[in-house]
Amino acid sequence: MPFTAESVTFSIFAFFTIVTALGVVLSRNPVYAAMNLVGTFFFLAGIYALLVAHLIAFMQILVYAGAVMVLFLFVIMLLSTGEEHLEPERHRLMQYVGVLGAVGLLAVLSSVIARIPDSSMGPLPDAARFGTVKAVGTMLFTEFLLPFEVTSLLLLVAIVGAVVVAKERI
Amino acid sequence: MVPITYYLWLAALLFTVGLAGVLLKRNALIVMMSVELMLNAANLTFLAFARQSGNIQGHAIAFFVIAVAAAEAAVGLAIVIAIYRTRGAVNVDEVRALRE
Repeated sequence: MPFTAESVTFSIFAFFTIVTALGVVLSRNPVYAAMNLVGTFFFLAGIYALLVAHLIAFMQILVYAGAVMVLFLFVIMLLSTGEEHLEPERHRLMQYVGVLGAVGLLAVLSSVIARIPDSSMGPLPDAARFGTVKAVGTMLFTEFLLPFEVTSLLLLVAIVGAVVVAKERI
Repeated sequence: MVPITYYLWLAALLFTVGLAGVLLKRNALIVMMSVELMLNAANLTFLAFARQSGNIQGHAIAFFVIAVAAAEAAVGLAIVIAIYRTRGAVNVDEVRALRE
């Protein structure tokens, strides 16, 4: 990989993405895990911007780092007694076997990725429009109109379902 | 230009970290956060291939994945609240029966 501004930016963002993702998994306190997850989402948004996905990068910050994380933190504040993360976690044998399985999955994915020819990404056909709000929006409202509307139905069902499940008494 | 394999390596690592979190952690909230990590790894793969092929349809899939992840977080956290209300814990090992 040549030493360009893009590759340096990618390396920095990728490094901190992995570090904060490990922070999510390794931290005992759910609040620390949530803060690390916010960091992961922000650095991933940077990676998305490098991939010329401007709209998705903005939505990553708005929806994930904004809405979803507020929801997570709200539930943590609602539930946490502040004590349960202090007691040592008991790890069963099956959990370590599971982590071994995850590493095995990484090995399988590595062997697949290693077979991909190391093609660098060429210039985009229409670089001025690629990934802009206009281009993605036009596609969503023409080609993907039915899935888009079904998504709104899905969100409605999720809202009603969340209220029904979380409410003590209807 | 960064080759596509670097993005795929990053996505594979992120997915593995998320999967290890799902299998290792016992706190239901952190398990759900790890699921979000795995969804983001899938999104990264879609966007990398969209960039390489110059085809913008991968962005639509990433958009739908974000919408589904938001719905999943809402319903999942509601279930966590309901479990906490009936059992007083968010440990996934203690939740084994679907009844009650």
